[in-house]
Amino acid sequence: MKRLLILSGKGGTGKTTIAGAFVRLLKAQGYADCDVDAPNLHLILKPQSTVKAKPYFGLSKAKIDIDKCVECNLCRQHCRFDAISIDSSGNYLVDPLSCEGCAVCCYVCPAQAIGLEKSVDGKLELYNDGMSVFSTAQLKMGSGTSGMLVSEVKKQLQPFEQDIEIAIIDGSPGIGCPVIASISGVNMVLIVAEPSLSGLNDMKRIIATAQKFFTPIGVVINRHDVNSTISKMIEKYCREQNLSLLGKIPFDRQVIHAVNAGQTIVDIDCPAGNEVSKVFEATIELFNSL
Amino acid sequence: MKIAVLSGKGGTGKTFVAVNLAAVSFRSTYLDCDVEEPNGHLFFKSSISYSEEVKVKIPYAISSLCDGSRKCVEFCQYNALAYVQEKLIVFEDVCHSCGGCVLVCPNGAIREKDKVIGVIQEGQSNDVRVISGFLNPGEASGIPIIKNILQKILLEDEKVFIDCPPGSSCIVMESIKNADFCLIIAEPTIFGVHNLAMVHELVSVFKKPFAVVLNKCSDEDNPAKTYCLNQKIRIIAEIPYSEEIGNTCSNGLILVRELPKYRPMFQNILAEIEKGNYK
Repeated sequence: MKRLLILSGKGGTGKTTIAGAFVRLLKAQGYADCDVDAPNLHLILKPQSTVKAKPYFGLSKAKIDIDKCVECNLCRQHCRFDAISIDSSGNYLVDPLSCEGCAVCCYVCPAQAIGLEKSVDGKLELYNDGMSVFSTAQLKMGSGTSGMLVSEVKKQLQPFEQDIEIAIIDGSPGIGCPVIASISGVNMVLIVAEPSLSGLNDMKRIIATAQKFFTPIGVVINRHDVNSTISKMIEKYCREQNLSLLGKIPFDRQVIHAVNAGQTIVDIDCPAGNEVSKVFEATIELFNSL
Repeated sequence: MKIAVLSGKGGTGKTFVAVNLAAVSFRSTYLDCDVEEPNGHLFFKSSISYSEEVKVKIPYAISSLCDGSRKCVEFCQYNALAYVQEKLIVFEDVCHSCGGCVLVCPNGAIREKDKVIGVIQEGQSNDVRVISGFLNPGEASGIPIIKNILQKILLEDEKVFIDCPPGSSCIVMESIKNADFCLIIAEPTIFGVHNLAMVHELVSVFKKPFAVVLNKCSDEDNPAKTYCLNQKIRIIAEIPYSEEIGNTCSNGLILVRELPKYRPMFQNILAEIEKGNYK
């Protein structure tokens, strides 16, 4: 199994729209949505098979047994996440949203009043209709373990690797832990750039991030005709950095219609869909040559 | 008043709204907490008057004191330590800087050093105080940077606009923790709605007063609007989709400064927020 990851840095540039089209065009035997914070791929690909769901356990959380607590304050002093506070009746308690489960409080407590408890931080889902496998997840809001969940989403495809030639992976915006977790082990990253000053700036940051992990990179410009000046700046940057520009997709109102109808843009006949097919061919050609 | 501008999905117009609200306010502060992809500074183009590196603590072992007890390796909840070939190895990327290893080492062999993970910059753009955080590429967590940015809020700051990262995970939570009001930006797609529902849950859990601004509206169906109406969420503005707005933004310009006819739209949003009475 080889893996193609789709990233963008900036949000809303069209990662999921392009990932959905790629899954269709490739008739992908395996695909995954690693944007665990805001997963959307299922909305346009609508997997029909029954889903196997399981809880995702993130980092454990500390819990203070008030009956054993001697109110020495050591836990609060040592907690570097400001997760321990004293309530109005003088009881020590842990804010589970701030706690990162480091266990320092358990260690410093002289009364053995603190333990770690497993916490459900989201759910993992796996769809398998015999033709293709789709792995996705939803992180519980406020959770700090998105990177770990991303790794779990990718792991769910592992048992099927004999049957999957190329897996398409939809990534998350940004450059932080979920993105880094998604990059690990992929064969190539396709970056969806948007011709705006923000888009250009963010593209440079995600390219720098992918390069840190020595991952081959291709770039596609989405809605290139919305700002042709900045579109040309993106092209120039790709040439300077020696990155393959794999195509340019025009702005197309029908894209929103397709998305809102729960379809990919290659399910309908539209200019953006036609162009994405060409980008797909160029991407696969580059991918296979790596 | 501290107003957090957020959205579940990326690219809905958080920065656009936050920047323009700050620009129509009298003497405001704009904080860019989207430290993975900070873009507000591109619009304000403020000269930098202050800059500060943000550091976290990373452990290292003094090998002459280490006796290979592996106590730290066993203790670390993040598997950030390994003892291989009589040497302690630290995986800096997964270290949470909790300080546990320093505490458990029986020989005091572990010390901590600073590691720079990013930078905070402050500048001025007309009467807007602009503070942005930048996470270095390759670093996993921007939370220490966000915490640092929020400490820059002064008591005399009347209006503070917090431009949040997308999503609903820990980094967003950190950004809205101290906000007095949450302004959610939603776009008219089913992606937008799905993610709107998630941030809706987040602000509800934190019991923050909130309202929605619908962005990129056209005369077509707006699933985000339908969601708000069904959930009885207050919509305080519908910003139209227009080439004029799109072009101004994509070129990194501030709409209300370039085209004053848009000022009332943002002044109205502010007035609506200040009215209060939100549940």
